Parts: sequence; C-alpha cells; structure tokens
Amino acid sequence: MSFLPKPKLHHPGLLPNALGYTRRDYEGAISTLCAGCGHDSISAAIVHACFQMDLPPHRIAKLSGIGCSSKTPTYFLGSSHGFNSVHGRMPSVLTGANLANRDLIYLGVSGDGDSASIGLGQFAHSMRRGVNMVYIVENNGVYGLTKGQFSATADKGAKSKRGVANNDEAIDLVSMAIQLGASFVGRSFSGDKAQLIPLIQAALAHPGAAFIDCISPCVTFNNHQGSTKSFDYVREHNEAVNMLDVITGRDEITVDYAPGAVEIVEQHDGSLLRLRKLAGDYDVSSRAEALNFLQHHHAKGEIVTGLLYLDPEPEEMHSHLKTAATPLNALDETDLCPGSAALEALNATLR
Amino acid sequence: MLQVVKPVDGLVRVNDFVVKFANVNGSGSASANQMFGKAILRMGVPAATRNIFPSNIQGLPTWYEIRVSEAGYLGAREGTDFMVAMNPQTWDQDIASILPGGYLFYDSSRVVPESRLRNDIVIIGMPLTELCNRVYTDPRQRQLFKNIIYVGAIAALLDIEIEVLEALIAEQFKAKEKLISANIQALHMGRDYAQTNLQCPIGLRVRRSTAVGDRIAIEGNAAAGLGAVYGGATVAAWYPITPSTSLVEGFQKYCTRFRVDKQTGAHNFAIVQAEDELSSIGMVIGASWNGARAFTATSGPGISLMQEFFGLAYFAEIPAVIFDVQRAGPSTGMPTRTQQCDILACAYASHGDTKHVLLFPEDPYECFTFGAQAFDLAERLQTPVFVLLDLDIGMNERLTRPLVWDDSKKMDRGKVMTAQELEAGKEFGRYLDADGDGITYRTYPGTHPTRGSFFTRGTSKDRYARYTEAGAAYEDNMQRLLRKFATAATLVPAPVVRPASRPTKLGAIYYGSTTPAMLEAADLLAADGIELDLMRVRAFPFSDVVNGFIEAHEKVFVVEQNRDAQLRTLLVNELEIDPARLPKILHYDGSPVTARQIAGKIKGHAALTARSFERSAS
Repeated sequence: MSFLPKPKLHHPGLLPNALGYTRRDYEGAISTLCAGCGHDSISAAIVHACFQMDLPPHRIAKLSGIGCSSKTPTYFLGSSHGFNSVHGRMPSVLTGANLANRDLIYLGVSGDGDSASIGLGQFAHSMRRGVNMVYIVENNGVYGLTKGQFSATADKGAKSKRGVANNDEAIDLVSMAIQLGASFVGRSFSGDKAQLIPLIQAALAHPGAAFIDCISPCVTFNNHQGSTKSFDYVREHNEAVNMLDVITGRDEITVDYAPGAVEIVEQHDGSLLRLRKLAGDYDVSSRAEALNFLQHHHAKGEIVTGLLYLDPEPEEMHSHLKTAATPLNALDETDLCPGSAALEALNATLR
Repeated sequence: MLQVVKPVDGLVRVNDFVVKFANVNGSGSASANQMFGKAILRMGVPAATRNIFPSNIQGLPTWYEIRVSEAGYLGAREGTDFMVAMNPQTWDQDIASILPGGYLFYDSSRVVPESRLRNDIVIIGMPLTELCNRVYTDPRQRQLFKNIIYVGAIAALLDIEIEVLEALIAEQFKAKEKLISANIQALHMGRDYAQTNLQCPIGLRVRRSTAVGDRIAIEGNAAAGLGAVYGGATVAAWYPITPSTSLVEGFQKYCTRFRVDKQTGAHNFAIVQAEDELSSIGMVIGASWNGARAFTATSGPGISLMQEFFGLAYFAEIPAVIFDVQRAGPSTGMPTRTQQCDILACAYASHGDTKHVLLFPEDPYECFTFGAQAFDLAERLQTPVFVLLDLDIGMNERLTRPLVWDDSKKMDRGKVMTAQELEAGKEFGRYLDADGDGITYRTYPGTHPTRGSFFTRGTSKDRYARYTEAGAAYEDNMQRLLRKFATAATLVPAPVVRPASRPTKLGAIYYGSTTPAMLEAADLLAADGIELDLMRVRAFPFSDVVNGFIEAHEKVFVVEQNRDAQLRTLLVNELEIDPARLPKILHYDGSPVTARQIAGKIKGHAALTARSFERSAS
C-alpha cells in the first residue's frame, strides 16, 4: 500500500475547462481500494463535478477521518491540500480549518463507521453549527479495513457475509442531518452517476452545511444476498424523489416540462437548481415533510434518494460568529495586537 | 445583644496577618470580600487573596483568604489571625483554624454556646442579621448588604481607610448613583456600629505602605487570555471545565474590547464552544493547519480526552496551543482544588513515542507573556505547546508585575513557504529537514495552484509527505523529531536561578505556582542556617542550564505539588540523573503549598540530617 504515482500521460484530446485545467488536474493518486469499490465511483464523481464547475483545485481543502472512505481524498484533487485526521473527528478539524479561512471550499469525506459510530457526536454538532462545507458519507454499512463488522448504518435484520443478522437499529444520517439543521441534504448511490454528480455540484455551490449520504456498496464484505447495502438491493429499492440539474450562468433552460413537474430554485451564488420531480408530492423545502416521507418509505424497505431538503438562503457559522470578511489566517499584528499603549491603560485599571 | 469580649491579649501585628472569610456559596459574599482585599492593596500593602470554593453553585461552604504581607510573601500561610465566621456549617473547623491570640468576628444575632467558642482567642460579636432586618425589608437586600456591613465593621477594626472602600464602591457601580449611595450607607452602618460598640482598632492593623509599587492584581486565567490576544490567536475552541473556563472568558472579553471593528462590527476572532474536548482540540488543529493561531483551554480531564489528537499534532507537525489549568486529579478528583499533576500527562501525551513542549508560568505576568509566546513557539516548532497553569494562579487575583509589550515585536510564523517561493521553484518537502534543525517547511492550503500541496496524515510518511511503512523512512522521521525537540530546548524560556547568599552544595528546583511559597521557604531555611541555591524551571524540554545546575550540587530538592514527583520523573528520565540526588518535596492535598510546609519537609529530610550537609557547604 505504498504511494503509487500516476503515469503523467495526457490524452491529447483532453479538453480544458474555463480555467484551462483538464480533468486530469482534478485527479489524484491511483486508488488502493478493492476493484469495483463504490467509493472509487464517488471519487470520480467529485473529480467530474469540480472539473465541470471550473473550481480551482487548490482552493479546495479535502478532509477525512479514518477508514476506507477516508483514504479516498488521496485519489482525487491531487493539487488540493488534504488532511486525513483521526477516526470520527473530521468534522471538528474541518470546522477549525473553516474558522481559519472562510474563503476555501471544504470537502469532508467520511464513512458510516467514521460518522455514524465513533464520530456521531461530531457529525451532529457540525450540522448544528452550519459549517459551510460539503460533507459526504460513503455509506456501505460495514467496517472494511477490519474485515466486515457491521457499522451503525447497517439495517436491522441485514445479514453479514457470514450470515449473521444485525440486531441493532440503523442510524439514518440523512434524517439526523435534516433534523439537526443542515441546510442541504441529499442521498444518492455510487452506482448512479447521473444523480450523484449534480448533487455534489449543487452541494459545492451551497453556502452552508451540505450533507450527502451516498450508499456505496462494499464489494468485498457487503455485496451479498441478505445485505441491504448491496448493488442489487440498492438498485431494486432506490426511490428517487427528484432529478437535479445545476444550471450555471452559461447554461440556458431550453427544455420544456409539464407544469408542476419542475421546480427551479435559485442558489445564493446565482446558480439555479432545476429539480425534476419524480415523486409528485415531494417538497424539498420542508424539514417536517422530508422526515415524514423518509420514515414512511424506510418502513417499506425503500431507499429514498435525491435532493431531500434545501434551504437556499442558509445562515452559516461565520454569520453567527460575525467573523471578519478577511480570512482570520490572513490577519497580522496590526489587526490583532492591541499594542503597549492599550496594555498600559489596562494595567491602570488593575491597581 | 451585646458583644462578648474575653480577656485575651490579642495578636499585635501590622501588615502581616491572615484574614479569612467563611461564607456560604452563592450568598453574594465574594464581591464584598474582593473589595476588602482590593482596599488593602490600594493602601499599598501587598496581599495575596485566595478563593477556596466547592464544586457547587449554591449552599456549600466557601472561604476567602487574604494574606497581608508587607514583606511581599504571596504564598498561602497556614492558620488564621482574623476569622470572619459567617457560615454555621463550618463553624467548628473555622474556630479551630484561628491561631492562639487570633480574633473571631461573628454574627451575634443568635447566641453561641460557650462550648463552641475558645478561650484563647479574642471574640468579637456583632448582631449583623438584627441590624439588617431592622433596616432592610427585602430578603435579598438583607443578604447582600450584610456583606457590605461586615466589611465596614472590619475596616474599622483593622484600621482600613474608609475612603479607599468608598472609592472602590463608586468604581464598582460606576454611574449607578442609587447603588453607590446604598452601598456606602451600608458600609458606614457597619463602621459606625464598630466604632461605637467595639474596641477599634484591634492589634491587627493595616498601615499605608508603598510596598505594592506599580504592581497590578489580575487572575492568571485572565492574563493568559489577554496573552492569547496579544499573541495573535484568532481561533479559540473550548469546552467548559473548572478551573479553565475563565481563561476563554478573558480572551472573549479582551477580544470584544480590542478586536471588533468599530464601523462594521466584524470580529477579528472566532470563539466556538465545542461539544466536548475532542472537538475543541480538533478545531484547534484544523485551524492551525490552515494557518490561524488557535488555542484551547482545559483541565486534566480534557487533557485525557485530547490525547489522540495530541499524537496527531505531534506526528503530523501541526501547531497548537493548549492552556491546561491544572486541578487535583485523577479522574474528576477535586475539581476546585489546586495541583501540578498533569506534567507527565502533557509531556508524553498520546500513544507511541511522543514528547511535547511545556511552559510553566509562575504568576499572571508570565501567564500573559507565555500566553503570547506559546503561539510563536507552536508555529516555529510546528507542534503542540502546553501552557501549564493551575487553579491557584489561574483563578485567584494575584499581585504581579505590570504587563508589558514591545511594539516592535512581530509574530514568528515559523517556516511557511509562500506562493512566490514555490513559483520561483524552491524545493518543497513537507518533512524535509532543509535547515538541519529538525524543523521543516509547511504550506497553507490554497497557496499555489500547482505546487506545494501535500497530504497531512497521522500515518507514517516520507520526507515528501507520501504514505510509507518503510522502516528506514519511519526511523528517519522519528530521529528528525528528536532533533526538532533539541531545537525546542534552545527556544523555550530559560530557567531562572537565584543563588544563595553563600556557597552551598544544596539546591532546589521548583516551578509554576510554587514560587511564592518556595522563596519564603528559602528565607525561613536561611534563617535556620540552611542555604539553598534555587532554580525555577520554566519549560520542558530542559535547557542545558538545568543539567548544569544539578551537576553543580550534591543534592537538589525537587519541590512539587503532586504525589508522584512528576517533574522529577522528567528530570531523571530526560537528563539521566541518579534519582538519589533529587530528593522529593511534595505537597498534594489540594491546597496551595505553604512556605512552612516546604521548609519543614526540607529541614526534616534525610538528605539534610546526613553529616555531609550539616551547616551546608560552609
């Protein structure tokens, strides 16, 4: 598992984006995950989303915890700073990084063990604080690196590879994120690029706490009969509530849809989200209805995917803290140190 | 109700005695008592004040102790010369703590049976409750003004200038005329009663002096918080825990004063109350990784929780400043009692081979200067720096040198490679020891579009931050970390040596809040013919001076406020010194150590009874 440099061959036909970067500039080292791992599809979706959005790669900071999913930041955005922190604590490290420099884009990558088991507290509190970030959980329901134990998102009754049923109730991170105040919440499936890429793009454009739960089957330990996180199971039970397109200033809305079938939501940065409704009655602006819908469909064994909740005008952490517009890490002595005269005046009040 | 005055010759002392107030927690006594302490300082007489309080909000016993000392001894002293016994719960122990010839001041509204008094002390009764009930109808007013009334009475008994107290009341209530006059009225009521009905002044007296000089009185926690402001800290992440909470509150207070833009209201700081200590240190490390100066403040239990992150910051080489205001452990221990018990937990925090930089401020002045300097050290060394206060200096207002700042001082941001340097093609290896001091260059995220990015990880890596489990690369990195630690020893505050008045083969090493008691103990010992060279250790890793000092003496007492002689363990372990040369002098009952305790233990030590040390080296 040593570092594998990627061959520096460029396809002559690789097209640059508006910044002059090609897709390759958004890639990272070669993945060391198992062949066919869902996580690699998510990495590819992140690469694609950032390339298409013309994001300068070095202005993204990628942070993770510990586990298979947390290893993936090495495999995308090679020109970005990355931070593989400690198990379950990515949210606090990301929050601190964001406090220091509000001008970067923060991408947190975590897993179900990292976020729902050991890191449940930090997951919850980062949502409460409204940290401006994209938080992706690559959710496969098992611990891969320690060889197949259930995680806290494994469904009750789901069977392990050895045929043992899980007795504990599953934690639904999507419902928790909605309840805890995340302002963008979606769920997707690593096997559905068409749904996942726009969801990541919309999350990157969202100026608040954006959470995506991405079901990402573990081909080695959780892709068997009896698992509820296998490719087959997720495909059969996927209940998408909408399909999302992200429309930046350059695009035009050209296709006509039947009235009521499409909802256009303007984001804070001026970009538009076009939601093609698949479940006719689903309202992305209501936390209560989203939770109700999720509960009903979960009871039927369905996995609800799509953009599940959106507050297009969120308040993020820095607005609560009234932090200066200049990133805190760019302030110097003149901004920060009150100086000797102030100290002498203070001394005088302490006598 | 008449006062009972026993025919006892009371102690006669000027500017050298201990006053202790015994109160009930939550009764509003603290501010009245503090005003009383401040009045003594305003008269120019050095005084050390200490709050002795329970882990409780209302109802349990609390004490406020003032040691008045013209000689400037600011350590705690055992025994009470003047006891203000306002708490029936602790009556018996309070009475017992009075020294023979000392004074008892109590509320005589209720008769106290003779059996619960003593016949070798001066007993001064004043019907405080009766007086209050006569004048005030509101129960809360009765309670609060009772405190001011006794302050007025005791001021008369101890000959404290009433004008000084009046000025303090006016300052405390600023422009609120009604409150000022009501409080001054209560103050006079107490004074007038005492002057009319009690024998004033008594043998203990405060006499105006110039011994305070230009010194100020501030809590160590507030001074450390202010130090963080001056040191350029912008991110504070914390979780409330006694006795560290007031440190972040101090940072908040001074940031609000100095760091809020007058026009826009924008804050040049961010303070986040985290959900626990794991999260607070995580935020500090994330912010520091991203180029901000960040800190947390905590106490022992928080240090335990943060261990895993300390290892990450050590190994991934990320700056962090941790203020640990120590309290008595282990576990929840005694949350409101003082100790120096986290030395080892901080020095070797986290699993694997780790060593961390520690600073030991002795008083609020050093809490301020070290509080600022810690950020320079953390960024220069790219590692966690622990500033180890304790409850005794953290939560008590202590007389200290005025705080000073050099305006020409620039922050030392350490080795940070810039976009220009990267653009110019300067070689960047995140863990490459380009300068041979063990300290490598880092870049902030977002610096350059194509150069200087790297992956930060807690796993082992090569000089270019690439993941590797190759043994040679791992050892290479661990050896470099040792070189860096050796560099740290040259950068941290040097020890302070105070030689004895004549040559001696005996020395003593001490640190932190032990200072005032140690200095007084050295005077007591010198009076008995035992001379000690003193060395105050101010940081870990130890500079060569520490080794030299120990080498130059046959025995060096190590004076500490913990059970296991933790600093001594560090000395033995890091400098490979024969433990027999370092006799331990320990105090760890949760109270601040006193000079008499130190002097007594040193005098009684086997090292001194051995022939070779009789009359020292003379």
